Amino acid sequence: MKLNFRLVIFAFLIAFGLFFSAPSLLQLESGKKVTLGLDLQGGLHMLLGVKTDEAIKARIKSIAASVKNFSEKKDIIIDSFSFNEDSVSITFLDKDEVKNVKNFISEIKGSVVAVDGAKISISLTKEEILRSQEQAISQAIETIRNRLDQFGLAEPVVARQGENQILVELAGIKTADEEQRARELISRAAKLELMAVDEDRAARVNSMSESDASSYGDVILEDANNPQIKHLVREIPILDGSMLTDAHVGFDQNNRPLISFTLNAEGAGIFGDFTGRSVGKRLAVVLDGKVYSAPVINERIGGGSGQISGHYTVVEAKDLAIALRSGSLLVPIYVMEKRSVGPSLGADSIRASLLALVSGFALVIVFMMFYYGLAGVIANIAVVVNLFIILGVISLLGATLTLPGMAGIVLHIGLAVDANIIINERIREGLRAGIPTSRAISEGYKKAMRAILDSNITQILACTILYVYGTGAIKGFAVTLSLGILASILTAIVSTYGIYQFFMSRIEKDKNYTLWFGMSKRKGA
Amino acid sequence: MELFKEDKIYNFLGKGKIFFIASFVLFFISIALIAIKGFSFGIDFTGGTVVQVKYTGDAPIDKIRESLKKSELFEHASVSEFGSSQEVVIKTPSSTVGLSHDIGDTTKEILKGTGEFEIRRVDMVGPKVGDELRVKGLSAFLLTLLAIMATVTFRYEWRFALAAIIAIVHDIVITFGFVSYFGVDFNIESVAALLMILGYSIHDTIIVYDRVREHIEESKEADFVHIINEAVSRTQSRTTLTSLTVFFVVLTLFLFGGDIMLGFSFPMLVGVVIGTYSSIFVAAQLVVWTGFSVAAYRQKMADKVKIQAEKERMRSQFESGVM
Repeated sequence: MKLNFRLVIFAFLIAFGLFFSAPSLLQLESGKKVTLGLDLQGGLHMLLGVKTDEAIKARIKSIAASVKNFSEKKDIIIDSFSFNEDSVSITFLDKDEVKNVKNFISEIKGSVVAVDGAKISISLTKEEILRSQEQAISQAIETIRNRLDQFGLAEPVVARQGENQILVELAGIKTADEEQRARELISRAAKLELMAVDEDRAARVNSMSESDASSYGDVILEDANNPQIKHLVREIPILDGSMLTDAHVGFDQNNRPLISFTLNAEGAGIFGDFTGRSVGKRLAVVLDGKVYSAPVINERIGGGSGQISGHYTVVEAKDLAIALRSGSLLVPIYVMEKRSVGPSLGADSIRASLLALVSGFALVIVFMMFYYGLAGVIANIAVVVNLFIILGVISLLGATLTLPGMAGIVLHIGLAVDANIIINERIREGLRAGIPTSRAISEGYKKAMRAILDSNITQILACTILYVYGTGAIKGFAVTLSLGILASILTAIVSTYGIYQFFMSRIEKDKNYTLWFGMSKRKGA
Repeated sequence: MELFKEDKIYNFLGKGKIFFIASFVLFFISIALIAIKGFSFGIDFTGGTVVQVKYTGDAPIDKIRESLKKSELFEHASVSEFGSSQEVVIKTPSSTVGLSHDIGDTTKEILKGTGEFEIRRVDMVGPKVGDELRVKGLSAFLLTLLAIMATVTFRYEWRFALAAIIAIVHDIVITFGFVSYFGVDFNIESVAALLMILGYSIHDTIIVYDRVREHIEESKEADFVHIINEAVSRTQSRTTLTSLTVFFVVLTLFLFGGDIMLGFSFPMLVGVVIGTYSSIFVAAQLVVWTGFSVAAYRQKMADKVKIQAEKERMRSQFESGVM
């Protein structure tokens, strides 16, 4: 019995496997642990789409607004606006003024202007469209991440996927209500606007159509508490949420929750000027296109703070404050795929796959021992170490263990013994042919190696393709399986050989092939 | 313990025709099944929603069906028991896009009054995602076949590669014929199973091919049929044992993995059996039919060795010349 380098490698593999899988197996406080996938621990997985078209529409609208502003300043009269999907046409009363406007627009970055008589058409360059879309997506990701960070769940995942999709993964969501709250928080536009009520025409609001309103530069908005009530407000807001610095939950004198917000210096200035000018008029607090309140301005309001009152619960107010603090979502998002798993189902899945793992493992171990004798025991040791290594590497990489990943591990046990079976069959063949023991073993390994490498390389290739093309859960499956294949090459080819070398002198001495290799006794042997 | 007589060479190819007919018949029945009956595709492919609900007592399936009629979203919904009599799965081809109120919330509201229940899983896939998956799944499959074709050609010969590919397609078509026949859900896990079977099938086949190659290289035997019979006989013990161990674990997965794993464990179970059968009876047999010539292969090997020797001679001449 002597030590050899293969045995040293094997000892190293065992130490590696045990060391890195211990935190997960023993649920230690310290050390990297296997992350369970949402299908095993329960949670919410969503693939969100971003309506990037809306970003382009918004960009066009803002260009139109600045043209309107410019025209008003220069006393150029606009006859009409006509908005299309990704362009706007503005017709002017006086054809001669068009040149001035055109010059102004050409200075706006990314715009394309076409003039046809008194009509100007504005669209965006390709680069500008791409840039707007890109910005919309990154802004959406940023906002969603901010909101979820404040929601109070451990490690939310918000990541871009593909061209314009956002992956959101929330582990640890316990109840359906909590899930719905999270979804509402994510999707809330949280666009706060302070708008002036058009006092001159407000009385006629109920008889007015949308286009009537827009011809006065007004919009009709619903009341948040009672959709029957309509408000007529100026289309261009005095302020919007981008000038907000803080929002938190407070309470009014009746102890009902409300949201107090604070504006930055610029916002406070504009707000102070406006309220100073508009004493006696009403100011509408508009959130996501609905009027929450429209109090009369009694005096100039300095300091830049205000309140949004409405009929909401404390939890709703809290979520709303989070949404306001983390900025508004500029473009709408929608759900492309949603998978939510309750924690109890996750626990059931873990139990079921562990049961399959343990029973499959037990069957294989007993079978190998029965069929191959001590060689089977050696193979079993290799398989056990194999499992530790897989678990260790998954923990070390911080990879996620999903249900298909568990299936991959279970399946792997069946395949891991294969290399050992190939080797043992080869050794038996050599022994039967009467080759001396040590040569039978070394040749068995040599010959088995070629077949094992050939087939495992093709398998890893298949796994790689599976990984590249698979979605979340399938990726996990591909990872555990390739890890398994690599680990089994290491343990079967290197490690078990080391064990045989260690015992070689004894095997050669007793020549008890029934004990060592499970071979049937035969005449003359 | 030994299952197979070590020295005996079984005449597998002698009965080639029987297996050929058996495979042929199974293959075409499977194609017919897949074409006519098709698969019951899961929402991963078709888009739609699956809601898994667990009741504290037995699930009132009739009452659930009645309640679901209230909503258009569940017009084409199916309700079936899942795993136990307490649990049901509601499947509908509809999905919703809104975040704040989705089809899962609707289900919860509708089911109110049918008993005490807990919604354990909501899977919702929009129609676009399914399309993408179909394209990705198919291209992954074709790419894997190409990769296998390339590696086997590189390590063996193109006729071996061709035979291996035919054997793989044979295995997969028959396996999924069974999936279609038993109406097991075809979902994303089934794609994983498909690729696993593919890997498993090529694995088994390569082990046999390795033996064939070894015999060609090391013996003077000229009869290819004999070489293959010997290779298959020699590897038979290994093929059977490995298949048994894999079969054991897949069986435990099938029995204990629950309904949620069925889309994976069922095709795996069938695939392991078919894969084993084909690597013993079909794959090697096919190489014979592709017109593989042992003499030509040996000639090629000899040429290779010659070219190698020539290269080395030139290199050593060159090196000594420089030095």
